[in-house]
Amino acid sequence: MRRVLSALILLAVFGLATFWFLTRPDFLPDDALAGLSADTTRGEQVFNAAGCASCHTAPNAEPGDAPVLSGGQEFPSPFGTFLAPNITPDPVQGIGGWSALDLANAMTRGISPQGAHYYPAFPYTSYARASLQDVVDLRAFLATLPADATPSQPHKIGFPFNIRRSLGGWKLLFANDDWIMPATDATLERGRYLVEALGHCAECHTARGPLGNLDLDKWMAGAPNPKGKGNIPGITPAQLDWSAQDIAYYFETGFTPDFDSAGGQMARVVENLSKLPASDRSAITAYLKALPAGQ
Amino acid sequence: MTRFAKFSAAALGITLLAGTAFADGHVNAAVKARQSQMTLYAFNIGQLGAMAKGAVDYDADKASAAAANLAALTALDQSALWPQGSDSDSFMDSNAKPEMWQNFPDVMTKGKALADAAMVMQTAAGGGLDSLRGAIGPLGGACSACHKAYRVPQN
Repeated sequence: MRRVLSALILLAVFGLATFWFLTRPDFLPDDALAGLSADTTRGEQVFNAAGCASCHTAPNAEPGDAPVLSGGQEFPSPFGTFLAPNITPDPVQGIGGWSALDLANAMTRGISPQGAHYYPAFPYTSYARASLQDVVDLRAFLATLPADATPSQPHKIGFPFNIRRSLGGWKLLFANDDWIMPATDATLERGRYLVEALGHCAECHTARGPLGNLDLDKWMAGAPNPKGKGNIPGITPAQLDWSAQDIAYYFETGFTPDFDSAGGQMARVVENLSKLPASDRSAITAYLKALPAGQ
Repeated sequence: MTRFAKFSAAALGITLLAGTAFADGHVNAAVKARQSQMTLYAFNIGQLGAMAKGAVDYDADKASAAAANLAALTALDQSALWPQGSDSDSFMDSNAKPEMWQNFPDVMTKGKALADAAMVMQTAAGGGLDSLRGAIGPLGGACSACHKAYRVPQN
């Protein structure tokens, strides 16, 4: 009896140790940013392309050139409701105390400076593909935005999803920095970078599996609206049959070919896309046009 | 119960039922009317947008006419188009979030912003393609501001 018990305890300890090992945070190397210098102007472009303001401004904040990223918007999911945190330069409530490496670990690895896993409501599964130069530039731009001392609100997540450590296992299964689509020329490559990395379009436009992972077989083919009524439309050529000119014009002005205008979260996306160079909007359009037709 | 009381009760019942039916028909008509107004906005913005986009050649007279229509449309009194009970939770064909009825001053502000943008367009539309292009961005922004806050996603 005692031998069985000790065997069980040994197994449990071994299991826990394995869990602990497999779910440990996988930080970038300390010298990952060596030799990179920051350019604030480029950082603003990265900021717009990455859509930071869409989620991190306060609910119902008006758009502007110097948004206050004090957080508070809610993102419902089958696992609970996530609340965007304060990422203003406030040293206590925001991320003013972070190094560029801290931001790089957060964005590309989904890890806090203290080594806690972030929930993938923060789209680090997309940002994982971002260049570290862009992250360094972005940090410089974020530091120019207004500070705000509003504390970040806790997520409304129940057991067992409130065990952050298990996200380490989720990342092993679902997070990597591989590209999804091939890119055969420079325009498609830029488009892919904007769509699959910074723009994180798939986070809404692709359906998810039971564990909240993106269903890569249904890439950009649309998904239910997590906020209630309606669907997030599919944007493969099978569903989005607009001309390239129409798509680029939509990104610039929010007008559809019928001159309806963008609403909901997409209106925020258009606010960002309209600030990008026209060549970037064309590159995103080229990427969408090159997608396989979808379901 | 006297015969009179029975009759009164029946009459009251019918009136209540008819009232409900009227309310539904009234909401339906209002939703249809405001969606038609949106279609008219879109049609006139479409005339301007096709020029801005380069899909058709710029024509100062046509642009001015469309912009004048749009300005007139935005100046209409819409108070009867948005009755209580015509939000997306209460009425199937409605895409207007219930928040609209909770934030009415903000809705009015956003409506005013659209009317202002349409007036700027009315001045700008006849003054050349660049002038039209400069005015259409803010117009789209005014449309989106309200759609962002108060419209449920479609399809």
